[in-house]
Amino acid sequence: MVTASEGGCGMAHEETVYDALDHAHGGEGQWAFGTGFDEPLAGVDTTVPDGIDPADLGEYCLMLGDDALVLAQRLTEWMTAAPELEEEVALGNTALDLLGQARLLLARAGSVGVLGRSRERTTPTVPDEDALAYFRDPDEFRCTGLMAAPGGDFGRTMVRLLAASTLRLAVLTRLRDSRDPVLAAIAAKGVHELTYHRDHAARWVLRLGDGTPESHRRAQAGVDAVWPLLAEVLSATDVERRLVTAGVAVDPAGTRDEVRAVLTQVLDQATLRVPEWPADVPPRGRTGEHSPELTTLLATLQGLARQHPAATW
Amino acid sequence: MTAPALDRTLDEAALQARFDATIAAGHRIEPRDWMPEGYRKTLVRQIAQHAHSEIIGMQPEGDWLLAAPSLRRKAVLLAKVQDEAGHGLYLYSAAETLGADRADLTDKLIERRQKYSSIFNYPTLTYADVGVIGWLVDGAAICNQVPLCRSSYGPYARAMIRVCKEESFHQRQGYELLMTMMGGTPEQQAMVQDAVDRWWWPSLMMFGPPDDESPNSAQSMAWGIKRHSNDELRQRFVDMTVPQAAVLGVTLPDPELALDEATGRYRFGPIDWSELQRVISGQGPCNDERIARRRAARDDNAWVTEAATAYAEKHA
Amino acid sequence: MTELTAEGGHGAVPTGPEVPVADRPAVSRRDWPLYEVFVRGKRGLNHVHVGSLHAPDDEMAVHAARDVYTRRNEGVSIWVVQAADITASSPDEKDPMFAPSGDKVYRHPTFYEIPDDVPHI
Repeated sequence: MVTASEGGCGMAHEETVYDALDHAHGGEGQWAFGTGFDEPLAGVDTTVPDGIDPADLGEYCLMLGDDALVLAQRLTEWMTAAPELEEEVALGNTALDLLGQARLLLARAGSVGVLGRSRERTTPTVPDEDALAYFRDPDEFRCTGLMAAPGGDFGRTMVRLLAASTLRLAVLTRLRDSRDPVLAAIAAKGVHELTYHRDHAARWVLRLGDGTPESHRRAQAGVDAVWPLLAEVLSATDVERRLVTAGVAVDPAGTRDEVRAVLTQVLDQATLRVPEWPADVPPRGRTGEHSPELTTLLATLQGLARQHPAATW
Repeated sequence: MTAPALDRTLDEAALQARFDATIAAGHRIEPRDWMPEGYRKTLVRQIAQHAHSEIIGMQPEGDWLLAAPSLRRKAVLLAKVQDEAGHGLYLYSAAETLGADRADLTDKLIERRQKYSSIFNYPTLTYADVGVIGWLVDGAAICNQVPLCRSSYGPYARAMIRVCKEESFHQRQGYELLMTMMGGTPEQQAMVQDAVDRWWWPSLMMFGPPDDESPNSAQSMAWGIKRHSNDELRQRFVDMTVPQAAVLGVTLPDPELALDEATGRYRFGPIDWSELQRVISGQGPCNDERIARRRAARDDNAWVTEAATAYAEKHA
Repeated sequence: MTELTAEGGHGAVPTGPEVPVADRPAVSRRDWPLYEVFVRGKRGLNHVHVGSLHAPDDEMAVHAARDVYTRRNEGVSIWVVQAADITASSPDEKDPMFAPSGDKVYRHPTFYEIPDDVPHI
């Protein structure tokens, strides 16, 4: 019989079926914690390809990174408040995935020199990803209102997650062919994650829309609250346009048919009314124009780090 | 009419003998085995309250999730709090093998008819508390939990193996955070010492009252659902922790703490048990807040659970 | 003094007779069905029982299993089955008359070894 020492108290227990699972995943002893420790950018060339303006590239990374960061924060608000323990774990996984994407994208922005005013407010020991996440002001954030809006109840949370992950999946799917190998690698990893997020949200929207009269009412209210947020998400900024020409970025307008088709299909099946698609408006969040709710979100996210700008954590 | 009753007595005696023999041989009791009612009830109480502790235990650290001071720390803490939801889930499942029902146990928690570990009624005042909870609270929990991997009740033992694997990550992340903070600014170092001062005694209380005040421990030991005495586990924890504190560079708040050269173990000062009783009886700093959060999670989201049930019935 | 045990994992909790454990007669109004989860860790291995969860239906159960028990490892095969649909045998099972807690109390065969040909989804 094989025995293994566990923990600091030096007592042993018998081998179990779990060990087989553990060994199957490299034996790090934490297989349930996940295997997300792979370095997603291992072997990827990080030099900025010829003909690409690093300032544009960094700005684009901030757009995608800030979207992931603020949505992760919104989902994290559900921890200790979710409907069931199973859903608590599922929402935690989704938030962790998005946080992982945000970290890679913000680090990429920093590595190409796009740090805004954040570096004036902190010390060199703070990594770029944290300088950008914690020491930029709201007007320097590049997330859309779709990602930053408050979550509301579970119905609105799931409708927003459906819309947000459908759009982001459509963008990242195309971004896998980016001329920037780092963006392409981040997108390739993110596509798997977002497919899962979209499916999870769609499963819930179906159940809420076609569940009880109460859940139908709440899901429809969620749809009606989220739809206006779609007005700005398909409008490209000048930065995106230049990068599309350079073969680096994805034009969000090109995802319109896919996004509308997916959302319409899910809502129809969920017996929910599909609102009119809102008329496109020029980008707001992407240019730093935000609702006061983002300021509140950032005050919570950044408060402690800003109290100790010279600290290491 | 006496014959069946007599048979039943005889049969129960045989079942009891088989149960006793299984325990004596160090083998596991499994869900469909016959077991004495007292064994079953004691296990349900213990496992349910362990599960409650995991779920309530998400909150003290969870209060820092949105404000974690770096993205790496946020990810680590999120993974940890999520693990605790998983631990609660595994443990409720183990209780369910004994005929309990998760929703019913949750109701008992919210109605304050069952308790959870008193340690989670203390507030987390600074980010150093996150590290100290990992180091001291999870460290104490590991001392308590590792023996449970050999519990005589199979489902509990197996759930605990999973839990212990993940707890060891929790303790390491806590200690690493404290090491980092002790290498940081003087303010950060002071935060760590302050957190250690506040959590040290509650951590020692986690092991329960002294052995001479634990009247039912003997029965639990005989049943193989308690493996070591409270005092023995507490002593192990102190012996393990004192050298770690020295490496960290913090002072444990006990002037009587000293190495006993003869035994190689650390002597420590008297514990204020009246505080434990106060906190357990619901007068801890955060009792109301912790329960209110669980009540809100249940009540505010009941419509979600009901919707999924209704959908499943429609589409069966 | 209230009976306390430290072996509730995270610390001392009361375990004396004043703590209620009585079963409810019927399944709770809110509870989703209980599912058993089986995972194949890698090719060449059997699916093994890893635990349980509650889910409203089969589809949600298999996804929850992936979230809870594998934290979404790719390439892992998962079976879920409603606990109520498992038929189990036990050498210790007795006529219900002699094992008063038999079927009701131990209605749930979690963590029980089951044959390889268990129905799966």
